[in-house]
Amino acid sequence: MNTKRRSFIKSSAAAGAFGVAVSAGLITPRAVMAAWPKAAFAATDVDTAINNAFGSSATTESSDIALKAPEIAENGAVVPITVTSKIAGTESISLLISKNPTPLTATFKMGKGAEGFVSTRVKMSTTSDLVVVVKANGKLYSAKKEVKVTIGGCGG
Amino acid sequence: MAKSIKVRAKVKGETTVVKALISHAMETGQRKNKKTGKMIPAHFIQEVTCSHNGNDVLNADWGTAISKNPYLSFKFNGAKKGDTLKMSWVDNKGESDSVEAKIK
Repeated sequence: MNTKRRSFIKSSAAAGAFGVAVSAGLITPRAVMAAWPKAAFAATDVDTAINNAFGSSATTESSDIALKAPEIAENGAVVPITVTSKIAGTESISLLISKNPTPLTATFKMGKGAEGFVSTRVKMSTTSDLVVVVKANGKLYSAKKEVKVTIGGCGG
Repeated sequence: MAKSIKVRAKVKGETTVVKALISHAMETGQRKNKKTGKMIPAHFIQEVTCSHNGNDVLNADWGTAISKNPYLSFKFNGAKKGDTLKMSWVDNKGESDSVEAKIK
């Protein structure tokens, strides 16, 4: 009887500790937000954006990055993009749209177990090159594709 | 905020495919309100985090060029049926939301 009570108290104490961990987890997004790379997102050309994000703008073109995007996007407000990186040890995938007011669109950082694959939808102001930068093993690789836009997605 | 995230995660062999839809205005801050002529202030998601069993599997920094009501899909290894996947976002106004989903 008593041992059961003991274990009950123990497990409830553990649950309490778990609760603390969860609330600590809830606080982290704010801490992470401070790390949002403002300089990189505010940059107005591709090279500056890559430089601000990675500390270097030297990239190697790689055929191991598959970039799936429409040749012609009728609506620039919704352009579906899929990136698959076959480079081993892909750490992050960044999307840049060269003629947008601020080219850097998104950086996806792969955690443990994540594959080099990401799919999303972006806004494009005009016909422009889509640049993907993949960071793997401390090196930067890139791939490019032009997307023609009929109606821009940045104005009202 | 009401639940703004819809997540579906499915195990296929080794990999788990996650698909998510978030409802968010994603204002760029470069659009004008046609009636008043004033700029609509920027309001967009900056951070998206997705974790499985306490491990961050994806951490995304977003800019203003992600479309309205963003769609996101990615894959990762090492999950089982019935595991819990947690996804959360924070925008530039400090608003946030998170959701948990069972992996199917």
